[in-house]
Amino acid sequence: MKKKKQVSFKNKYILIFLTLVCIMLMLLSVFYEKIQGPFRVAANLTVVPMQMGINQIGGWLEDAGENFQTMKQIQEENERLREQVNQLIMDNANLQEDKYELERLQELYKLDQNYAEYPKTGAHVIGKDTGNWFSTFTIDKGSLDGIRVDMNVIADGGLVGIVVKTGPTWSTVRSIIDDSSNVSGMVLSTSDRCIVRGDLTLMNDGEIRFEQMENNNNKIEVGEQVVTSHISDKYLQGILIGYVSEVTVDSNNLTRSGCITPAVDFKNLQEVLVITKTKADITGVENDN
Amino acid sequence: MKSLKSIKVKRFVISVAGVLIAYLLQCTLFDKLSLASVKPNLLLIITAAAGFMHGPRKGMLTGFFSGLIVDIMFGNVLGFYALIYLLIGYVNGRFQQLYYNEDFRLPACLIAGSEAAYGIVIYIFMFMLRSEFDFLYYLSHIILPELIYTIVAAMVLYPLILFINNKLDAEEKRSAGKIG
Repeated sequence: MKKKKQVSFKNKYILIFLTLVCIMLMLLSVFYEKIQGPFRVAANLTVVPMQMGINQIGGWLEDAGENFQTMKQIQEENERLREQVNQLIMDNANLQEDKYELERLQELYKLDQNYAEYPKTGAHVIGKDTGNWFSTFTIDKGSLDGIRVDMNVIADGGLVGIVVKTGPTWSTVRSIIDDSSNVSGMVLSTSDRCIVRGDLTLMNDGEIRFEQMENNNNKIEVGEQVVTSHISDKYLQGILIGYVSEVTVDSNNLTRSGCITPAVDFKNLQEVLVITKTKADITGVENDN
Repeated sequence: MKSLKSIKVKRFVISVAGVLIAYLLQCTLFDKLSLASVKPNLLLIITAAAGFMHGPRKGMLTGFFSGLIVDIMFGNVLGFYALIYLLIGYVNGRFQQLYYNEDFRLPACLIAGSEAAYGIVIYIFMFMLRSEFDFLYYLSHIILPELIYTIVAAMVLYPLILFINNKLDAEEKRSAGKIG
């Protein structure tokens, strides 16, 4: 009996000790970001290689599954694609012409920043958040590959999210549908600014919310493009966020809000592109962190 | 004596492997198996099982390291999930005396209780404090579905954990018998 009591006492000490360790870690990681470094290196040596391995196995399985497509389907597709290629060659010629014209005009206007040509690097998604509350994921490139916090992440031509932490060969990305994400957006046609906010209650429907858009005479229609705005200090300008799917005037009659269908399919995200320049690099403003 | 020690090492290695496998499955494979964009919480099953099978100390340690992995990879601050899982492991460990191998009812209740507590704690600290007060929505769309899915996953996983545990128990008894 006495021994049992001793064991239970010991357990309580361990509980108190580990609780204090947790609280200390929390405080330290709030006030001293670097404390997380060793932990991230440890993760790099243990779970990250395995995650990459599983990802590779998944890729093989998917390839194997695709091989089962019948020959005929592929032939049909080939024919269709050939036609498309011809069409695209023609389109391309036209676009080249436009491009030269654009270059000439840009020179004319002395537009020194061409936002369409950010340097990018590709990365694989190797793991999604373990819980159901947030929408973050890890990619297989990290600080050794030149990835830094606050770099923008895109896929399918649309904004995916932003890098929130980096390990040696992995980083964590918070997607724009995450409940704690806020992006300053802009309707492309009217240049009306708004805040695009991830919302867990809309995540199942694959939508995100926008709000605080000025209720002026500009008519916003369903299907209009929303891009990142120029006033954001984290997100680069002009990246497509999605298309307006619903607009309502708020009860205060001053602002409008509604929903956006993101350009990216967040359910089946496998490869992403990381823009290797942050907004701070481009604007020359040093970030405090 | 030596073989008893080697079984202890074996148990340790198996628990570490269990936590790692649970984490890896949860963030890769189970993302594809999610229903209504909810996936089961395997780490919680492992933590709770370590608690009610082997007592508070093992529960705490398993929970602490499970939570720490989640913190490192996905958390905002280090130690938040570690603390939640640590407490879950400890509380489950207090039920060790009531635990009886073949009965699934107590483990099911404990896992359900842990899962509910886990959901509510995360809601309070990560959502309510950001003034998102629609608790019923989160309860019906995240906490309860996750709870049900986790119980279903536990029904599959628990016999496996039990099988491995029984095998190790038998080995331990045999080597203890040899000494005596």
